[in-house]
Amino acid sequence: MTGQAGPMAAVRRSLRPTRWSTPGVAVAAVAITFALTAVPILLAEANPFAAYYEFLVSPLTSDFTRLEVLVGATPILFTGCAVAIAFKAGYWNIGAEGQLLLGAIAAAGIGQVVGDLPPIVALTLMIAGGALAGAAWALLPALLRVRFDIDEVVTTLLLNPVALLLVTGMLNGPWRDPVSGFPESPRIAAVAELPHLIERSRLHLGFLIALVVIGIAWYVLARTPAGLRLRATGLSPHGSRFAGVNVTRVLLGAALVSGAVAGIGGVSEVAGIQFRLTGGLSPGFGYTGIVVAMLGGLWMPGVILAAVFLGDLAVGASSAGRALGIPSQLGAVVQGTLLLVTVGLLALRRNRLARSTTPGTGAAVDSVAADLAQELAVVADPAEPEDQPGTREPGA
Amino acid sequence: MNDAPAVELRAITKRFGDLVANDNVDLDVRRGEVHALLGENGAGKTTLMRILYGLSSPDAGLIRVDGRQLEIRSPRDAIAAGIGMVTQHFALVRPMTVAENLALGRVGTLWLDPADVRRRAAEAVERFGIGVNPDAVVGRLSIGQQQRVEILKALARDCRVLILDEPTAVLVPQEVEGLFATLRQLVAQGLSIVFISHKLGEVRAISDRVSVLRRGRHVGTVPGSTPEAELARMMVGRPTFGVVRESAPAGGTAPALEIDGLRVEAPGRRPVLGDVSLRVQAGEIVGVAGVSGNGQTELVEVLTGMRLPSAGSVRIGDVELAGAGPAEVMASGVGRIPEDRHACLVGELSVAYNLVLEHLDEFRRRGALDERRIRSHAEALIERFAIRARPDDRVASLSGGNIQKVLLARVLSREPRVLIVSQPTRGLDVGATEYVRRELLARRTAGTAILLVSEDLDELLALADRVVVMYEGAIVGEMSASDADIDQLGLLMAGRGQVG
Repeated sequence: MTGQAGPMAAVRRSLRPTRWSTPGVAVAAVAITFALTAVPILLAEANPFAAYYEFLVSPLTSDFTRLEVLVGATPILFTGCAVAIAFKAGYWNIGAEGQLLLGAIAAAGIGQVVGDLPPIVALTLMIAGGALAGAAWALLPALLRVRFDIDEVVTTLLLNPVALLLVTGMLNGPWRDPVSGFPESPRIAAVAELPHLIERSRLHLGFLIALVVIGIAWYVLARTPAGLRLRATGLSPHGSRFAGVNVTRVLLGAALVSGAVAGIGGVSEVAGIQFRLTGGLSPGFGYTGIVVAMLGGLWMPGVILAAVFLGDLAVGASSAGRALGIPSQLGAVVQGTLLLVTVGLLALRRNRLARSTTPGTGAAVDSVAADLAQELAVVADPAEPEDQPGTREPGA
Repeated sequence: MNDAPAVELRAITKRFGDLVANDNVDLDVRRGEVHALLGENGAGKTTLMRILYGLSSPDAGLIRVDGRQLEIRSPRDAIAAGIGMVTQHFALVRPMTVAENLALGRVGTLWLDPADVRRRAAEAVERFGIGVNPDAVVGRLSIGQQQRVEILKALARDCRVLILDEPTAVLVPQEVEGLFATLRQLVAQGLSIVFISHKLGEVRAISDRVSVLRRGRHVGTVPGSTPEAELARMMVGRPTFGVVRESAPAGGTAPALEIDGLRVEAPGRRPVLGDVSLRVQAGEIVGVAGVSGNGQTELVEVLTGMRLPSAGSVRIGDVELAGAGPAEVMASGVGRIPEDRHACLVGELSVAYNLVLEHLDEFRRRGALDERRIRSHAEALIERFAIRARPDDRVASLSGGNIQKVLLARVLSREPRVLIVSQPTRGLDVGATEYVRRELLARRTAGTAILLVSEDLDELLALADRVVVMYEGAIVGEMSASDADIDQLGLLMAGRGQVG
C-alpha cells in the first residue's frame, strides 16, 4: 500500500533489454546448444567439430544439398510464421502441428478431385481449402480461450494427436490406397502438384509461397493498424483494451490466421513433396515451428533465418550420419536441445527482469518463454527422433 | 520473563527511490495488547510491518523482540522469533482442508500421518478457541472463516506477536464482530496483536493503544480511548496549501456527466459500489475523496469502460454509457486518466504509437499506418506537453512524470467534454505534479466536466469545486471545497461523522 511509484519508475528505467537482446539470445542459444550436444557426439565416438562441420557447412557445399536445405526449410517457414503471428498477439498456439495436418488432409482431398480444372484454379482451391481447414482446427481452442479463458496452450497441444488420428483414420478408411493397400491416400491429380522451381530438384513453388506469406505477415504486422493492434495486444492486453482495441477480436484473428498459415504449410507438403497424404507427412513441423519462431525472435526476417538454419541442420544431420557413422538422430537431439536452451535463456531473461520489477511489464518474447518453459516437456516429446526432417532421404 | 516490550522498533527508515516510506519510526508493542497502526494509505503502515515480518529490509534502524536485538531477514526469521502476519491476501491452498493447510506450515518431517494432521488441527482449534472445522475444505469457507484459518496457522507456529494487515477490509460487519471477539480472547491469553487499519471506529473498538503514521512519520502513540476527532486530525491533519482558484465559469447548468444508482457487486461479498449517484457539470471539478479500496477504483473502471456495472446508469448528455466498452466511452467525448497509468499504456511500444493507439483509424493511409503523420503528431504533442522523450522512445523507458504526460497528451489533445481522472499526481515529483494540476485547471476553464479521484486531500482541496467522500462503496458526504473542514473530511473518510 505504501507508494511504490518511486522504485517502479527507477526499475523501468533500468529495464532496457539491450544486453539481453533477442539476437544475442539466439546466438548464445546456438553456442550453448553446441557445447551441450558435444557430449552425445563424443559418446558416439565422433569429433564434435567435424560433426558440426557436417551439420552446418557441408550442406552448403553442393547445389543439390543447398536446394535440399530450402526444401527442408519450406514447411517450417510456414509453421514458424504461423507460431510467430500467434505468439506476437500473446496467443500461445502450440497447435501448428495439427493445423498443418488438417491443411494436408484438405489438400489431399481437394487434390484428388480437381483433375479437370486448370492448374491455377486447382492450386488456388487447395490453398484456400488448406487455409480454411487449418483455421477451422484453430477455431475451437481460440473460442474456448476468449469465451471461457481456457488455456490455449493445453487445448491447441491436445488437438495435435487428434489431428494425427484423423489422418490415420482417413488413410485406413476411405482413402486407403486401393492398389497397394498401403495406408496412403490416392495420389493427387497432376494439375494439383506444385511446380518445381528448378530442374531435378525437389524445391517447389511452396517455398516461394512461404516467402510471400511471410512477406505479407511482416508487412501487416509492421505497417498496418491491424498489425499494431495485434502487437499492442501481445505486449499489454490491458493497455490495449483500455485504448479501445477489441482484444477478443485480435486474439481470435491471430489464432485463425495462424491456423490458416500452418494449414497452407500442410498443402505445400502434400502438393509439393508427397503428392498424397501419408501418415509420416509431418515429422513434427508444427513443433519445429515453435523453435523457428522463438529463435527468430517472433520477427519475420528472423523466422526466415531460423527456418533456413534448421533446414541446414536437418540436411546436415542426415549426411553426417553417413559421413561420420554417427546416428542421424543426433540432428534431432541438437534441435531439441536448441529449443530448450532458447526458451531457457528467454525465461532466464524474463525472470531477471521480473525479479526487479512488478508483473505486467515484461517484454512479449520473455513471457512467451516463461509460458513455454512450463509446456516444454510435452512439446519436446512428440518430436520422435526417427521422424526428423533431416532423416528423410531425398526422393523418399 | 523480562519486562521488555514484546516488540520494539527503533528509528526504522525505509526508502523506495525518492520516496521515504518510513522515516525514523519508533514503535513499542507490549505483551497482551492490541496495538493499532492507524494511517491513510501510503502512510507507511504496511511497509513497517513488512519490515518486522522480514518481507522487506529496512535501510536503517533496529528491531528488538523481547528485549533482544534481532536481524530479521526473512519471514522464517520472523516466525522463529514468534512473529506472525496475516496479510490481506490469504496464502491458503483452497482445495485442501483446514487441517491440511495447517500441516503445510510445519517443517521438519517428510512423512505426514493424516490422523496426526487432524489431531493437531483439532488441538489447535481447541487451544486457541477459534471456531473452525478442521475437516472443512478451505475453498468452501467464507472469507471470515478463511481469515480465521490464517490466524490459526500463525498461532500454530507459536506466534506471540500477530500482525493483521487491514483484517476487516474483506469482512462483512457481522464477521468483524466475530473477529474482534476472537482477538480479545487471544489477547487475554497473552498474545500481542498489531492491527493495521484506517478505520477509526474499529481502531477505537479493539485497541489498547494507537500509533498513528502520517506520510512515513510516527505522529504519536495515544490510548485507544482517544476521541475520534483527535485521531482523525492526527491521521490527516496538515495545512492546506494555498492555490488561487478562479471561480467556476458560468457554464451550462445541465450536468455533463450523470451517474445514477451505480452498483458493482461480487457474489458473496458486500457490494464494492452501492448506489453511487453523482453529477458533474461543465467547467466543474468534482473531487472524490476516500481511503483507497472504498470503491473508487471500481467507480473509475466503470466510467472508463473497463468494468460492467451490475446496475445503474452513466450518461453523457443523452448517451447511456453504463456497460459500454472503452471505444464507445472515448467516442462520446470522455477522456480517461486512470490511476494505473503504466497499465493503461503499452510500455513496450513507442511514445508515438501510444499517442495514436486510441484513434488508430485516423492515422491510416491506403490501409497502412501513416508513419509520417504519426511521427509529426507525436512531435507536436511532445512539444506542447513538454514531454521529455523522443517519438521512438519506448514508453516504459520514461520517468513516471513523463509517462503521465504522455497519457495527458493523448487525452487532452482530443479536447474531451468529460474527464475521468484518478490519482493524477501519485508518484510524481513536484514539477510534474504542478504541471498536471495546471493542465487540469486549464481544462476546467475550457469547460470540461472533470471527475477527480484522489487520496491526496491537498490535491482535492486545491483543485476541486466540490468534494464527495466515498466509504465502503458509497458516497457518505459532500462539501464545497472552499469551506471544507479537514477534520470533518478525515472523519468521513474513516467511516465516521455526518453528511456535511
